[in-house]
Amino acid sequence: MASDFTQYAHPDRLVSTDWLAEQIAAGKVGTGADDSIALLESDEDVLLYDTGHIPGALKLDWHQDLNDPVMRDYVDAEQFAKVMSERGIGRDTTVVIYGDKNNWWAAYALWVMSLFGHEDVRLLDGGRAKWAAEGRELTKEVPSVTARTGDAAYPVVERDDAPIRAFKDDVLAHLGGPLVDVRSPGEFSGELLHMPDYPQEGAMRGGHIPGAKSVPWARAANEDGTFKSRDELEAIYLTEQGLDPKEATVAYCRIGERSSHTWFVLTHLLGFDNVRNYDGSWTEWGNSVRVPVEK
Amino acid sequence: MSDEPLPAALAEIAEDFANLPVPQRLELLLEFSEGLPELPERYAGRLGEMEQVHECQSPLFLVVEVGDEGPDGEPDERPAGERPVHLFFSAPPEAPTTRGFAGILHEGLDGLTVEEVLAVPDDAPFRFALGEAVSPLRLRGMVGMLSRIKRQTALKSQAA
Repeated sequence: MASDFTQYAHPDRLVSTDWLAEQIAAGKVGTGADDSIALLESDEDVLLYDTGHIPGALKLDWHQDLNDPVMRDYVDAEQFAKVMSERGIGRDTTVVIYGDKNNWWAAYALWVMSLFGHEDVRLLDGGRAKWAAEGRELTKEVPSVTARTGDAAYPVVERDDAPIRAFKDDVLAHLGGPLVDVRSPGEFSGELLHMPDYPQEGAMRGGHIPGAKSVPWARAANEDGTFKSRDELEAIYLTEQGLDPKEATVAYCRIGERSSHTWFVLTHLLGFDNVRNYDGSWTEWGNSVRVPVEK
Repeated sequence: MSDEPLPAALAEIAEDFANLPVPQRLELLLEFSEGLPELPERYAGRLGEMEQVHECQSPLFLVVEVGDEGPDGEPDERPAGERPVHLFFSAPPEAPTTRGFAGILHEGLDGLTVEEVLAVPDDAPFRFALGEAVSPLRLRGMVGMLSRIKRQTALKSQAA
């Protein structure tokens, strides 16, 4: 069945594997030309790209490229501009991101690019797994892209965190307002301090932020990793959970990657006006002194 | 980092990594990932009998065997500490970083004696100059593998 993205609030934020394959066949991907599409792979596993990727794709690693190496924060404006310019990306370039694990890290990368106000950044619906499952080409060939320099370079644009990023103090001020906890039920209840089968990432306390609704991120995804239809998403987030697209909403998880996926769903698929991702998430809240915790 | 020496094969791998620029370190790690031996037939479908390393972000299972046969095929009369240790790993191809860590430990430790394996310093995973290439957070998977390898080696050599 052809993907009908027009059902979503911001249909231009998603592309299908068919569409991407057509663009690649038409020679539009990864050439670095002004009208070209930049394709980025962003995975949990830093080597997965190197084992084979979609032709024309470049690697964007959440750890190496988007996180500050010293402070727990994202890269600054200069570094972000450098990361983009090196990949031949300009301010007006259409960027398509895909990745492993149901696009968690792809959604995270899209959210970080949104902090810097990059306008045209989209997700490949279904991510790497869907492309591979359809038997489409993967290659080890790394495209040679000419880095942008001088006037063509990516501009140094200050990050604007306020609209879509929440810090701990913002969450404290928001208590009583709608919060979405996208972790697994065991993490929400406080039984587990980390994802099932994942490393312990050191939270001192288990539970959730008071008043948070438990909506594990995966409920927004189909078996094949694509997003559920708008009707199905509305049934979960609006009808069942009673969230209101007009109300300011905060999403969080463990370190902010799974909640980027939900942030994408609420913001771009359901058209919520004001959703912030609390990237400090449980690894900050669960270690903070005297913040309220509900079990 | 401690000053305790690495076993020769592991030290050689560490030197290889350290002598490469960062992007090539990733390439070498990928080679280790591709070189990780397949799980032998006798463990097929028996992941439940292996130990899962929860510190890894992707499912990785490992098992340690301590040799109980001498070089001539007769029962091993050597003291437990001198017997050879063999390592077996299972990790999916979509987890190349985890496989690469396993590949390093396999090449560096497989065939060493019980005493040699138990003497491997716990900070060994940080001596491959990989922190910069894959981020220190991701190295915790290798720390988890090494600690389980040492624990199983200790347990199984007592039983031997």
